[in-house]
Amino acid sequence: MNDIHILGIETSCDETAASVVKNGREILSNVVASQIESQKRFGGVVPEVASRLHVEQITLVIEEAMEQAGLRPEDLDAVAVTEGPGLVGALLIGVNAAKAFAFANGLPIIGVHHIAGHVYANRLDGGMEFPLVALIISGGHTELVYMERDGRFELIGETRDDAAGEAYDKVARVLGLPYPGGPHIDRLAHEAQGTVEFPRARLEEGSFDFSFSGLKSAVINHVHNARQKGQEVDTASVAAGFQESVIDVVVEKTVRAAKEKGVRQVIAAGGVSANKGLRAALSEALEKEGIRFSVPPLNLCTDNAAMIAAAGTSMYEAGIRSDMALNGRPGMELLSWTMK
Amino acid sequence: MIWLGLDTANAPLSVALVRDGELLVELNSAMGLNHSAGAMPAVEQLFKRAGIKPADIDAIAVSEGPGSYTGVRIGVTIAKTLAWTLDKPLVGVSSLRVLASNVFTYGVTISPMIDARRGNVYAGLYRRQEDGTLKCLMEDRHMALSDLLDRLKKEGNPVVFVGEGARKNEEALREALGELGRRAHFTQDIPRASLLITEAQQAEPETVHSFVPEYRRITEAEANWQKANGEAREK
Ligand SMILES: [Zn+2]
Repeated sequence: MNDIHILGIETSCDETAASVVKNGREILSNVVASQIESQKRFGGVVPEVASRLHVEQITLVIEEAMEQAGLRPEDLDAVAVTEGPGLVGALLIGVNAAKAFAFANGLPIIGVHHIAGHVYANRLDGGMEFPLVALIISGGHTELVYMERDGRFELIGETRDDAAGEAYDKVARVLGLPYPGGPHIDRLAHEAQGTVEFPRARLEEGSFDFSFSGLKSAVINHVHNARQKGQEVDTASVAAGFQESVIDVVVEKTVRAAKEKGVRQVIAAGGVSANKGLRAALSEALEKEGIRFSVPPLNLCTDNAAMIAAAGTSMYEAGIRSDMALNGRPGMELLSWTMK
Repeated sequence: MIWLGLDTANAPLSVALVRDGELLVELNSAMGLNHSAGAMPAVEQLFKRAGIKPADIDAIAVSEGPGSYTGVRIGVTIAKTLAWTLDKPLVGVSSLRVLASNVFTYGVTISPMIDARRGNVYAGLYRRQEDGTLKCLMEDRHMALSDLLDRLKKEGNPVVFVGEGARKNEEALREALGELGRRAHFTQDIPRASLLITEAQQAEPETVHSFVPEYRRITEAEANWQKANGEAREK
């Protein structure tokens, strides 16, 4: 069998990324230009700023990925690009660069769902064993996905309001922590002496959905009330209580989903899966159940293009192709692809 | 020498291939197209009709703005990616200059206009010279329509207004300038990629990687940040 080389491109939020992956498993290059430094001063990602920065970076990042891989365009089999979901203005920079590159070099183009990419990041590190449950947890997503086999997705739970990472950022802001807040809360939670109790949003019996806005409001109210009374806020205990509530709910639902579906593996993906407290709790709970738990290394957890190339390779093998009318789809749903 | 030209700066779409000063194919649409989905299929069709391959072109010209932020970015992204991967020179041309190039009348001030809402426009001022080239009289900018009209009234020269912004603000233009102002024919209100190429041939190539649109406005977030931090410093 011939090797498959795919160029992946990802611009769905605030990272401009390109990567070349061999056979969906071996990373030949993985280039990410982050906007965090530019976006920091705004305390979050400003879509128009993100779009402008993507245009500045896009060809540089693709060139770097091709050079590091040591390949020419004619050595590639296809171009895979994040089609959605994400910020529309950001998505269409990647989509149009990918289409122009593919057109100029006579290559097929494949539109990839961002979340499928996060899940397939595991192909690049340790592999995927089906059936599996994937927990995608980031600033934009909190989802539980069941995969019976390669290319088959079933969404079994999602957030009804804020994404977990969004709640982390908002709580961090109230506590006066820098953006992005996740790592700071994680660190403080570990250092904390005490814990402030916050509610757990388990929703109705049996549900795999999430809700974080109530928890977020409870934390904000707690901090405001304390400040109004002139009391000092113990930032670390608040961070610990908030994190504990998030982890409790996420671990309980993930483990229950894994047991109910009888899976061999649970995969965590997305920026918040870098959270040490969450990793430890998930790993411990799943070990008890005898279920394999995998989290890719940090550079594959956060947004990158290698994961898009990896998912794109599975789609390529299944015969999936897009065309020059491919567009950015901010609200794209996770769809399955069927193997030939 | 074969040029590819691309203008997606506003609602209209125009793509063209020109060989040695001769038009091969041009595709124009005034409709409010979705450029993200529509620009590359138009480019693909352009090459198919001309019967040439992407690698056969020698240079790329693109409308660099001002205009719709998203529209300008799509054109610039496509153009710089093609220029980089095909290793061809890239030239950016003002989208207002492209509109002005639709007007071939001598001795008048050409006022291309793109509506920017809330009484504002993107505008530049141009003049067609004896040798046929376009001279820029006022650099492109984001400004209040009333300021532009005051300036034109004061200058007292005959003016031709062109572009979608001129159509939208037709009444205000007539009221302000009366006999002094004229409207271009409606077919001149949409940019032509072939004329974009003509303008590009007189300009210097860009550095491809660092080439970005001429937005002519900073983002709202940056403006607010500057305001907040400027005030903080003053305190
Ligand atoms: Zn992501």
